[in-house]
Parts: sequence; C-alpha cells; structure tokens
Amino acid sequence: MPKIKSRRNPKIVKKKNIGLIIMRSHKFLEDVAIADVAFEAKGGNLNEVFEACGDATFETIADLKTIGDIETYNYAAESENIEDLLYEFLEEIVYLKDTESLIFKKCEVKISGDYNIKAKFIGEKIDREKQTLNTDVKAVTMHMFSLKKENDEYMATVVLDI
Amino acid sequence: MSEVPKEIKKISDFEWELPTSYKKGMNVPARIIANESLLKGMDKGVFDQVTNIACLPGIQKNAFCMPDGHWGYGFPIGGVAAFDVNEGIISPGGIGFDINCGMRLITTNLSYKEVKPQLKKLVDHLFLTVPSGVGCKGFLKLNNQQFDDIMLGGVKWCVENGYGVESDMWNTEGYGCIEQADVEKVSDRARKRGISQLGTLGSGNHYLEIQLAKSVNVFDSDVAKKFGIIGDDQVVIMVHCGSRGFGHQVATDYLKVFDKSMDKFGIKINDRELACAPFNSDEGQDYYKAMACASNMAFANRQVITHRIREAFSKVFSKSQEQMDMNLVYDVAHNIAKVEEHKIEGKMKKVVVHRKGATRAFPPKHKELCPKYRPVGQPVILGGSMETGSHLLVGTQKAMDVTFGSTAHGSGRTMSRTKAKKEFQGKELQERMMKKGIYVRSSSMQGLAEEAGKAYKNINSVVDVLNEYGIAKKVVGFNPIGNVKGHASLSYLSLLPFFALLFVLLMNLVV
Repeated sequence: MPKIKSRRNPKIVKKKNIGLIIMRSHKFLEDVAIADVAFEAKGGNLNEVFEACGDATFETIADLKTIGDIETYNYAAESENIEDLLYEFLEEIVYLKDTESLIFKKCEVKISGDYNIKAKFIGEKIDREKQTLNTDVKAVTMHMFSLKKENDEYMATVVLDI
Repeated sequence: MSEVPKEIKKISDFEWELPTSYKKGMNVPARIIANESLLKGMDKGVFDQVTNIACLPGIQKNAFCMPDGHWGYGFPIGGVAAFDVNEGIISPGGIGFDINCGMRLITTNLSYKEVKPQLKKLVDHLFLTVPSGVGCKGFLKLNNQQFDDIMLGGVKWCVENGYGVESDMWNTEGYGCIEQADVEKVSDRARKRGISQLGTLGSGNHYLEIQLAKSVNVFDSDVAKKFGIIGDDQVVIMVHCGSRGFGHQVATDYLKVFDKSMDKFGIKINDRELACAPFNSDEGQDYYKAMACASNMAFANRQVITHRIREAFSKVFSKSQEQMDMNLVYDVAHNIAKVEEHKIEGKMKKVVVHRKGATRAFPPKHKELCPKYRPVGQPVILGGSMETGSHLLVGTQKAMDVTFGSTAHGSGRTMSRTKAKKEFQGKELQERMMKKGIYVRSSSMQGLAEEAGKAYKNINSVVDVLNEYGIAKKVVGFNPIGNVKGHASLSYLSLLPFFALLFVLLMNLVV
C-alpha cells in the first residue's frame, strides 16, 4: 500500500487507476530552517511533484479549508532546466499574493518539453474576514533547493523564507 | 549536543577562531563573538556558513559572527564581513531577502500609569492603522513616480510629504537614504510587489511593540538622557520591519542573476545562497543600486509607520505628538551592505560591509553620525523576543576597531518555526502574556506560537557579551506591555484529525 501523507482531492482519486494514485504528498521539516519553513514534496511524475510543492506553499500561506475556488489564474513559463522551472513556478505564487492579493487552495500543472509549464492556480482574493491566513512568504530560497528523480518518484526539497 | 568544531581556538573569553586551515579555500580566519555558553548553543550552520564567507574573494581581516548568530541563507544571521571595493564581491546572501530589515525606537513622555488604562484601546487601534499579516496593503495609494521618489529619497520623501519631521531624517542611519539608488536597476516585478506595501509591518518576526523603560533598567543615565530616555516607567515604541515584498523581490531577482553569472567571473562558492558578483562589475553595481532602492523604501516604510503610530497615540490620548514628545531615538538597519571606510592593517580602506542580522554600531565622534549623537556614539537597538524584552545600546570604538563598526541585532532563534508551532499554542501564549501584563494582537495565532520567547536565545546573555566584550555598551533595557504582530491562525496540529479522517476516507475509496 502506498504511503499517503497529505490530503488529495478525492475526485481525482476516483478518476484514476489505482496504479497511478500514489503520489503527490508533502511534509514540513522541523530542523532544517530555523527561522523559516522547509518542506519535502513527492510526486509520481513531474506534474505531481510541482503540484505537491504548490500545495505546501499554499498551506504555508493560509488554511486551505477557508479559501474558496472562485478565481483561476493561468500561468505559463519556460526555463532552461527543471529546477529553475520549479523555482519560477513557486516564486509566481509568492508574487501573486503581493501583487494581485491572490491566494490559492490548489493547482493543476502540466509540464511538457524541455521545459515548459502550464498551470492553473485555483483560489481567491485575500479576505481577512473569511480566510485564516498563516504566514507571509517572503521568498523561495535556493538553500537545499532540489528536484530529483529517485526510483519511480520525483522528490523536491524547498525552503521558504518567511 | 554541542556542534562546535574541535578546531575552534579560544582567543579570549569572547572571541573564538576557526583558522584558515579549517576549510579549503578560506582566505581569512572566521571569528565568532560569544561566551562559551552561547557558542555551545550555536547550530552547525553557523560554523559552516561563517567559514564559507571566509572563502569569498576580497574579504578583509575576518569573517565574523555575532553572539546572536544562527543558521541563515548564505551568511549566517549575525554575519558580518567587509570586502575590498576593487577586488571584493557583493552578495545578496550577505544581506538577506528582507533588505534593510531594521529597528526603530520612538520615545514618549507618557508614563505606564497614564497608558495602562488605555493600553488595550491603543494596541487595538495600532493593529488597525498599521496593517500586518499576509498580503497586507498600506493606506497610501502611490503612483509610479511617487514610488520612484521613495526609492531615491527614503525618509526625505516622507518628511517632504507630511509623514514625518526633519529630526526623523537626522535620527536615521545614513539620514534614511543611500544615495546610489537607481530605479532603472529594479525589475517591474519588484516594483509591483512593493508599490502598495508602504506603511505595512508584514509578518514573520516583524512587530510593533509598546515598551516600558523602568528606572532600574537604565544602565547609563547620561547617554540614556541624550537619547531621550529618562526611565520612570516611561513608555516607548519599538518597530521591527523592512522593505517587504519589494526587497524580497530585488533579492530574488539578483540571486538569479548572480547564480548564472558566477561562472563568467570564475567565482567558486560553497553554497548557492552565497551567489555573488564582483562589487565593481556591472552585475555587482546593478544589485548595489537596486539594494539601495529597497533600503530607501524600508527606511520610508518605518517612517510612514512612525507617522501612523503618532496619529494613533494622538487619537487615543487626545494630545499632539509634540505634547507627548514622540521623538525618533534612532532607526538602524540590520540587513544591509554599505560602502564604508575602515582601518585595515593600519590604513584606511574603502570596503563593502555586509551586515546580515547585525547592526551598525559607530563610536562617538564618527563623522557619519548626526551632530546630536556625535558626542556619545550611535544608538543601537536590539529587539528581543516578545517575552523577554529589548535593549538600547550605544556604539563603541572597539566595534569600529574589531568588527567593522558592527554589533548584534537581537536575540536570534534557537528553534524552527515548524517545531515552535508544535511546542506552543498561540492562544495559550497570548493568555500567558496577558497575565504578565502584556497585551498582544496578532493577525495569526499560529504566527504567535512561532514567536514564543522560548524559541529564541536569551537576549540578556547576548547583550551582556556585547557589553563586556565592548562592541556596544548597554544603555537601557525595555519591557514589553503591548505588541502588534504581523500574522494570522490555527496550528497545523489542530488539522490532524481532519487529515486522519481524510486518510481513512481515501483508503476506503482506494480499497
């Protein structure tokens, strides 16, 4: 039985074949970044590991249960390598929080070629009355920043400066 | 368990050295300023990172770490290093993502007795007028031209536009402006992140605190008097914040530029977060000029917040700010790089001093100090944790001679946020503080838990080391009575049952 560490969207689970389910999980690391937030994210493919990194970043910013899904933001980018692409992707989440006041509860990612991303961020505008906001993320750092394939799994380590 | 490397050499009770033989590529020895107990409490990152700094090109004399040092990105927090302007480098990792994060101290002539009955009202009012927490926006709607003027002028812009008085400018490090700022070197992304954030605290460990100066905590009454502090339960205000998303984006932008350009310059580093460029290169100068823009925005940010604080006090106490003597004691940066002159091997030399989680501490008579403080030295403000109190010190000649005119910046964390969240509950902490007579408003209970006093080093030990070693002298200690913190919410722990339920549900679906 595969290990499932975080929530997933049950709808997606239903649609997928059991063999494909594993994946997409994240956990926060206690002793990596004293002043900040570090997490490890996993996925069965690149799309999933990007989504898992997105989930962890969203969860750092706000309580996902309190965020609605009324706004969709479409994001596209390309980069020279996959790590840079992940960095840009996460940085966009931080950027949209400050510039558009948008926070998200989930994302859908499609990676193609060498290396393009199309993503949908789903969430809504910041509303203090309604949402439970956690911590303002300042930046995505390059400390320990990595995205690797191990066996059949992709694993990313990310430290956010907060 | 202590992580102090066995190669460390005790130079004196307060100086510990890792020699150049400790790590391949070290150009100078690394020095840690601490007593034995603080040294033993330091995490492994401090020793790794301070010796990584020592490997950077053009570094002078020593790479330093202050007694409040802990792991950071690139430099440790508490890292100080000076690089030759011609042969040395500049590194965002030596400044921090929050460019010109700093401290500000404002006096009042109000006593605790006068403030106590209004404390809750005052803190609640400040909580509303100085926005904090995730994605907070300021009350000023700026256009691009105004934002340019802020990037170029810093505190001067605020004074000219009615958000401060002239003495505020005099009492800010470098008069609240780095002149080399060039708005062309700032990306559109940075501008967009910063333009709506002037006058906001942000979150993390940033705060606005109402504090008391008790007579028993006045250690040097002459200097204290010069700084406008008399004791007698006098109420003062301390502010800790920086350049917000604007500075974070400038740092991110140039981290990426340097990450790609290092090969070209043939610079080898031990950690990607130490990405740097020669100070004299186009890339290095561009970053310096953009960093200056972010620094000026941060000075202006704290100034606009000061304006809001003065308004809030006026409203609650029905007195003018002049009637309450709401004067700025000083504003100091603790995440910044500055071009300064220092005596190295007997000669005055121009260097780029990086202070990351370290405060400038210029001595009496220094030419860069405003006339008012020239006889006594520069005020140094050290923020403690919410529970332990804060300190005002004064710069010394020893700091100038040894640590490039630098000293510590606060108490420094000893526990990660993720761990603190598990160990402490924000609500309990708030109640405990209330019992101690400290009223806290936080936009987040989780954020509050992350800032529990136990997650920090004891500031008194840090201050005692500075004082005894002599790289700053104690002037006054302050006790908090009211705190506005930038945060918002639930502990992750409280979500556990939710995850467990979901897990069971999912398992059922799968099976």
